[in-house]
Amino acid sequence: MAAAGAAATHLEVARGKRAALFFAAVAIVLGLPLWWKTTETYRASLPYSQISGLNALQLRLMVPVTVVFTRESVPLDDQEKLPFTVVHEREIPLKYKMKIKCRFQKAYRRALDHEEEALSSGSVQEAMLDEPQEQAEGSLTVYVISEHSSLLPQDMMSYIGPKRTAVVRGIMHREAFNIIGRRIVQVAQAMSLTEDVLAAALADHLPEDKWSAEKRRPLKSSLGYEITFSLLNPDPKSHDVYWDIEGAVRRYVQPFLNALGAAGNFSVDSQILYYAMLGVNPRFDSASSSYYLDMHSLPHVINPVESRLGSSAASLYPVLNFLLYVPELAHSPLYIQDKDGAPVATNAFHSPRWGGIMVYNVDSKTYNASVLPVRVEVDMVRVMEVFLAQLRLLFGIAQPQLPPKCLLSGPTSEGLMTWELDRLLWARSVENLATATTTLTSLAQLLGKISNIVIKDDVASEVYKAVAAVQKSAEELASGHLASAFVASQEAVTSSELAFFDPSLLHLLYFPDDQKFAIYIPLFLPMAVPILLSLVKIFLETRKSWRKPEKTD
Amino acid sequence: MAAAMPLALLVLLLLGPGGWCLAEPPRDSLREELVITPLPSGDVAATFQFRTRWDSELQREGVSHYRLFPKALGQLISKYSLRELHLSFTQGFWRTRYWGPPFLQAPSVWINLGRSSVMSSQGSSAPLSTSSTPPTQSLPLPPSNPWVWPMTLTTTFCAMLCCRGRWSAPKTSPPGRSSCPVVPRASLISFHLLQAGLSVLLKADRLFHTSYHSQAVHIRPVCRNARCTSISWELRQTLSVVFDAFITGQGKKDWSLFRMFSRTLTEPCPLASESRVYVDITTYNQDNETLEVHPPPTTTYQDVILGTRKTYAIYDLLDTAMINNSRNLNIQLKWKRPPENEAPPVPFLHAQRYVSGYGLQKGELSTLLYNTHPYRAFPVLLLDTVPWYLRLYVHTLTITSKGKENKPSYIHYQPAQDRLQPHLLEMLIQLPANSVTKVSIQFERALLKWTEYTPDPNHGFYVSPSVLSALVPSMVAAKPVDWEESPLFNSLFPVSDGSNYFVRLYTEPLLVNLPTPDFSMPYNVICLTCTVVAVCYGSFYNLLTRTFHIEEPRTGGLAKRLANLIRRARGVPPL
Repeated sequence: MAAAGAAATHLEVARGKRAALFFAAVAIVLGLPLWWKTTETYRASLPYSQISGLNALQLRLMVPVTVVFTRESVPLDDQEKLPFTVVHEREIPLKYKMKIKCRFQKAYRRALDHEEEALSSGSVQEAMLDEPQEQAEGSLTVYVISEHSSLLPQDMMSYIGPKRTAVVRGIMHREAFNIIGRRIVQVAQAMSLTEDVLAAALADHLPEDKWSAEKRRPLKSSLGYEITFSLLNPDPKSHDVYWDIEGAVRRYVQPFLNALGAAGNFSVDSQILYYAMLGVNPRFDSASSSYYLDMHSLPHVINPVESRLGSSAASLYPVLNFLLYVPELAHSPLYIQDKDGAPVATNAFHSPRWGGIMVYNVDSKTYNASVLPVRVEVDMVRVMEVFLAQLRLLFGIAQPQLPPKCLLSGPTSEGLMTWELDRLLWARSVENLATATTTLTSLAQLLGKISNIVIKDDVASEVYKAVAAVQKSAEELASGHLASAFVASQEAVTSSELAFFDPSLLHLLYFPDDQKFAIYIPLFLPMAVPILLSLVKIFLETRKSWRKPEKTD
Repeated sequence: MAAAMPLALLVLLLLGPGGWCLAEPPRDSLREELVITPLPSGDVAATFQFRTRWDSELQREGVSHYRLFPKALGQLISKYSLRELHLSFTQGFWRTRYWGPPFLQAPSVWINLGRSSVMSSQGSSAPLSTSSTPPTQSLPLPPSNPWVWPMTLTTTFCAMLCCRGRWSAPKTSPPGRSSCPVVPRASLISFHLLQAGLSVLLKADRLFHTSYHSQAVHIRPVCRNARCTSISWELRQTLSVVFDAFITGQGKKDWSLFRMFSRTLTEPCPLASESRVYVDITTYNQDNETLEVHPPPTTTYQDVILGTRKTYAIYDLLDTAMINNSRNLNIQLKWKRPPENEAPPVPFLHAQRYVSGYGLQKGELSTLLYNTHPYRAFPVLLLDTVPWYLRLYVHTLTITSKGKENKPSYIHYQPAQDRLQPHLLEMLIQLPANSVTKVSIQFERALLKWTEYTPDPNHGFYVSPSVLSALVPSMVAAKPVDWEESPLFNSLFPVSDGSNYFVRLYTEPLLVNLPTPDFSMPYNVICLTCTVVAVCYGSFYNLLTRTFHIEEPRTGGLAKRLANLIRRARGVPPL
């Protein structure tokens, strides 16, 4: 009876064990994959390795320089060696993760007949005008003229033209190529890439230093810009201000923007704001019976005005504001003081990445004759001089660092030289590449870190596009095609930002873990605990029964 | 050069301002106006209008230089090639029955982008020649992305707008006119105004303590000259408020500017070409000695406004004598005799709308249209936009007047698409004289997805008001209005002929409750199901995995032990 009972118990135990194992098997084989599959978030694959590769990207900026030697510029035996190509490469030391190298690829050749003829004219300006050349963006041509040529003034060694050309004086020397080569590089650097330009372009990505405030003045690179001129008339009772803004824009601003057209789309508009006050009370100076705005109070001027400027309804491009402030009668004349207390000559100031403000005082003589309101006709030449200078600063077109004894051509009618535009494009391309790389890197980091972000296919395709555009832009830069490199870099920025700011990334982001556990625990705890416990028990028993036979042996 | 310029400037200035004005006429002008109307119920309505007219064709010329016209609005018009923009924010409801027809009523929030034909600036509605209407082929309306619109408007007006679904286009208005289907509630903060002239009266804490408050922006093209060869753009910023003078005035119906706005007028706006205050001093009794305005007005203006003859006292702020006398202008109105409680003249057309039915499944939308004209019938165009989550049954549409069925002469119905576009129902109904017409239609409430409910779903969902447009026969013949000369409140809608006038009314917005789920339900269901599953599973699992032993019965139970304890205490041997 006892034996039969023990056998039955044994059978029962074995059956229980099998049942428990079966439960565990079903839970693991069927349950876990089902749960995994149904709660999975869709994550398209991203080129993580390529993105991390972008950080170690070496940017080679190649500036193709054509060096043209005229007949008597270098010794004859040197001329025999022409044409040939020299590459001058230099690493630009910046505290940035990307290595940036600057290559000047100098292709030496002899002057053609028509070039000789042009360069034999009286002055260098005329010679440059004669040059009917269409050069690719970013490339430079340097003419080497004879040592005693009268083309340049006697004490000048080189000349930088308004387009993409320069003139360097040659030398009759054994080491002629070396000496001239050094001069050419100096001139070419001034016309294209210097450390300063790149540092300003990368100001946002470089660690802070004391110069950074100055370098962060230019507007960030964007596909387009809006320029708004606003006339602030806080006192329409006394001043009836008229400005010929349409004519001024047509005459002064539009040519400049047309020349700058390659760097982005521009739109210009203007408005008149009445009763728009500055937020600061100016200080009265009884000696000169005029009012003064201190330099330290200038930052407070902008905020109250800004709310009146209005947001732009038409586009999302960054806005540059230029305000012309006609002070109210009770506060005029109004002058801006600099650090030392002296009035600023232009009576204007600018705010980095925002725009500029100019105070326009009404001539006190006009009050004498007529009754209020006085009609004020704004002198647009004076105003636009200031605003255009500020516009150049805000776009980051700084004065070049000229090599010694170098003559710079006078300003062109557009107010912008072609090589200045090229220099801007170089800087903007590098800035765009840095921005796109940073955006892509942080996106990859973010997606890697937070695993429940959905990555849709279109986001992934934007990322792939951006990576490809960065690589393409880097290649084009290395082969010296500035225009296509700039376009590709803009594409890279656009695609990377589209991917980064895609709203679908946020869908499941705010699904906190505690809520998940609150839903899982009521189901998982009562089911998983018995299975786990019986598995542990079975495991222990099996180990015991394995050991037993060992002991008997 | 720099020295020469100021000299030239001086010379030009010596020529005098007169010469300049002739040489260069101002291309934009601003007119401002305040109309104060004592309402029959004892309230006082104040309607501000600021009208900027700009002689420039925004869409054709690519204009980007703005003076009086706000840049943000102008850019909106030119960027999206709008033909009209009407946007209004209203709190409260204009009681047409008791307050009379409004100059321009506006529902709580209404955005209307239109391409309707250009308003003729002349009283007689001169039809436009086709050559003068701007080309219509390249208009990007309705916008492909329904969010773009509310977004740009939101940034401009500092308001919260939420627009669901596509824009809809009624058939009767010319193609392309579209209005936002549902904009339930919005709040508005900013108003583009100058800080002089009439706008000194706009003090927010007084304006929002009123029984009715409506701000609106209307932008539309108007004809520049009689032959309408070119168009100008007109921006009207209006603000209507109704003060409850009865309560603030201690039971008297007298009012003054200072009592209403806590400000007085001090100076005209230097930019405005016209700056006037109109006070309605019409007396309905024959003896005209019932009220008195102070200071006495210099001139009065008489015209037929909305079908009745009205008299207005005019205060012109640009008239220097007006302000100079007392440095400020505080208009006061005193009733000499308390006006008898005569029945206020009931407007010929008013309407009422309500939801009926019980339960959360079905309901009925009813609109009552009143024609109180003693002997004339007139047609009314009724436009209803009903959100898709009220599923209308068009076969239940019944229109009855005087107990008989009334067949509309025109019906246009565009069914809703879930989550895309609302129902659109447009009818032309003839209202018999002295009658009430009831338009009713049944609907079923739809179930929304649980993420589609608003944060306070038990508040209900707003159904935008019906819009009634009608040419109401007038009692007195009106003469055609000269657009530029007549007061602003009279030139909103041109009078086509003297025998009737145009009225657009909005009914009450409705609040409809939709079946609201318990939002914690999903979690409760999950918890409950899991518990049930866990309990079932647990016992099942136990049953299958536990082994059962047959246990030998133990000697004795609890009773026996207790008995033994007692026995031991007694000294008796245990069992």
